[in-house]
Amino acid sequence: MDFLNAFVALANYVLVPGIAYGSQLALGALGVTLVYGILRFSNFAHGDTMALGAMSAVLITWGFQAIGLHLWVLPTALLALPFAILLTIGLLLGTDRVVYRFYREKKAKPVIFVIVSLGVTFIYNGITRFIIGSDDKNFLDGERFIISARTFKKMTGLEEGLAIKTTQGLTVITAIIVVAVLFWFLNKTRSGKSMRAYSDNEDLALLSGINPERVVMITWIIVACLATTAGVLYGLDKSFKPFTYFQLLLPIFASAIVGGLGNPVGAIAGGFVIAFSEVTITYAWKKVLGYMMPAGMEPDGLVQLLSTDYKFAVSFVILLIVLLFKPTGLFKGQSV
Amino acid sequence: MNETLRNTALFAIIAALIVYTGFAQSWNAALLIISMGLISSIMALGVNLQWGFAGLFNVGIMGFVALGGLAAVLIGMPATEGAWSAGGWGILGALLLGAGTVIAAVQVMKRMAKGWRRTVVVLVVLIGGFFLFRAVFDPSVAAVEAVNPAHTGYLGGLGLPVIIAWPVGGLFAAGAAWVIGKTALGLRSDYLAIATLGIAEIIIAVLKNEDWLSRGVKNVIGIPRPVPYEIDLQNNPGFVERAAGFGFDPVEGSTLWVKFLYIVLFAAVLLLLLWMSQRALNSPWGRMLRAIRDNEVAAEAMGKDVTARHLQVFILGSAICGIAGAMMTTLDSQLTPGSYQPLRFTFLIWVMVIVGGSGNNFGAVLGGFLMWYLWVMVEPMGLWLMNMITYGMNDGYWLKDHLIESAAHMRLMTMGAVLLLVLRFSPRGLIPEK
Repeated sequence: MDFLNAFVALANYVLVPGIAYGSQLALGALGVTLVYGILRFSNFAHGDTMALGAMSAVLITWGFQAIGLHLWVLPTALLALPFAILLTIGLLLGTDRVVYRFYREKKAKPVIFVIVSLGVTFIYNGITRFIIGSDDKNFLDGERFIISARTFKKMTGLEEGLAIKTTQGLTVITAIIVVAVLFWFLNKTRSGKSMRAYSDNEDLALLSGINPERVVMITWIIVACLATTAGVLYGLDKSFKPFTYFQLLLPIFASAIVGGLGNPVGAIAGGFVIAFSEVTITYAWKKVLGYMMPAGMEPDGLVQLLSTDYKFAVSFVILLIVLLFKPTGLFKGQSV
Repeated sequence: MNETLRNTALFAIIAALIVYTGFAQSWNAALLIISMGLISSIMALGVNLQWGFAGLFNVGIMGFVALGGLAAVLIGMPATEGAWSAGGWGILGALLLGAGTVIAAVQVMKRMAKGWRRTVVVLVVLIGGFFLFRAVFDPSVAAVEAVNPAHTGYLGGLGLPVIIAWPVGGLFAAGAAWVIGKTALGLRSDYLAIATLGIAEIIIAVLKNEDWLSRGVKNVIGIPRPVPYEIDLQNNPGFVERAAGFGFDPVEGSTLWVKFLYIVLFAAVLLLLLWMSQRALNSPWGRMLRAIRDNEVAAEAMGKDVTARHLQVFILGSAICGIAGAMMTTLDSQLTPGSYQPLRFTFLIWVMVIVGGSGNNFGAVLGGFLMWYLWVMVEPMGLWLMNMITYGMNDGYWLKDHLIESAAHMRLMTMGAVLLLVLRFSPRGLIPEK
């Protein structure tokens, strides 16, 4: 039995990737949950908003790289992020003006909004593919690892290595900063408070003189920041491929619903619940168990509960369980 | 212009478009558009039942269609020799074990009093059952997949006439719809959308990865047909003579005849389903559904069981999509799990229903044909457009290459734009609900 090595192996394959993936999902779910809280519909276009935002960042990064602009050991994409966010804000505000506002004024049913957002999804997806193509795109540069497996082994003398990629560290730090700023904004500023009031009770908020169009505009701006950041971080950490963002929609929605739709704290918790369930269930536990079990009792198989091809199934099953037993989510979200 | 005349004119326009394709391109292309148009119309009928009648938003049409395709394989293909004895029964036993585990867990949930004891017992049953399932399942799967992996490596089917697969495909889809409907209906409307989105992804993942069931991405090819093969017709002197009588050479005559037979079969199914849908629309049941759709609270106050009716209509609509899926796989004679894209199988059908006129069965059929025609034509049109735009540019200029290469992605944008424009400016569609 070798707990130290077991723990390091666990950290390397489960904890670190899980935390990074969880932060990405949490950022995505925050965007979905905000749109839900303020505009009161499930925004199917969120995944492709992330894709479009990430695509702008990719293109700007390439531009910076071409003129020799680098960010020391960090990925150049960080430098491109603010510009990409500005583009995405423009895109979302434009979409709201052209598409969603009409239905808002008509007070259309939420399900109409959902269908409309599906239409928007495909237009966004089309634009992304039209501009950048549908293949894998690499825009990562700078130092690859904060600590590589080999250095770690040399430092500690352990058999197992622990590698932390720069992108993973960056994801977590960025996510913490973004979430901190978001909560400060929602809880301390006048605009944030008006957003929460509007989300809680629309009529009451209107009576107290809150301008709904302003609330909606601020929401879209925040959503653009969240979606672009999440999209860029995911693209840096995994790889940028337009269609993966549509598939991310399911885990993102599952995170938002597990936490309670419309509840920002829930979205973050939900993101980590989904990410860790996905990683632990699709991870082959052979190595960790090999260290943990007494000699001679090591498992023969991979001890992988589900193959990684079924990672969607994990978020889906969690979603079903939550819908069956606690439809409002772990933290109380809006139900009806 | 009165209504009947207007609707007839709309259908006549589509007929004219298809006939034009026949003259301009080839009759084979035209007949193919008709047969896929028929299948699309059936899918649109199913979605119209859910959305037009009951206001349910199903984003998982792709999954139900794929389940129908699976039925075509499981019914139509011959059983793989040796696969059942190698591990088929083991897989079946494992699946029964899995089902037993779920039933046991549900029973424990029902019988025991609430508390930590119940949670522990349920978890033990589920986890124990899962490992038991894997212990039986994995070796059997490995054994089945080892049977001649280059050609089979899966269980095969029952070897029955493939037409039987059509209703069976409907049953498969109905089963999946029941599970989804039972959990997600009765909650807020978006939940159904998200749950169906999920089930579709999972069904496709299962088809892609469970090689013992569907050969995964290796595809099942050569599913037996309900109609004769072209080569047999060409070797049949009687047929060749008849074809010559109509002025066709044997090859063209046989391909057209086979497509025509398919069209007759598909049209029969479409007419049957259309007749049933019309009857349902005008029955007390249809009126009740519309009443629920327009005002759930009022309908509930009148004593209607909203959730039960929604479940019913959701299952029926999904079953129709399953039937259409089985028919499509029959037409293709192959199941290619990699080709199921949400754009093609979920979104396109939605556009059909909304463009045609949600709530109107004839609208769904019209939309099915019209959008399928556009779907086939958008790509060449996009390419033509890009060629026009880049006409003045030099060959080899990066923008020209890029634009021409990207023409293939025009479909996404066109379909999205069509949906948004119709929803905004003509939300009732071409043939509005009465």
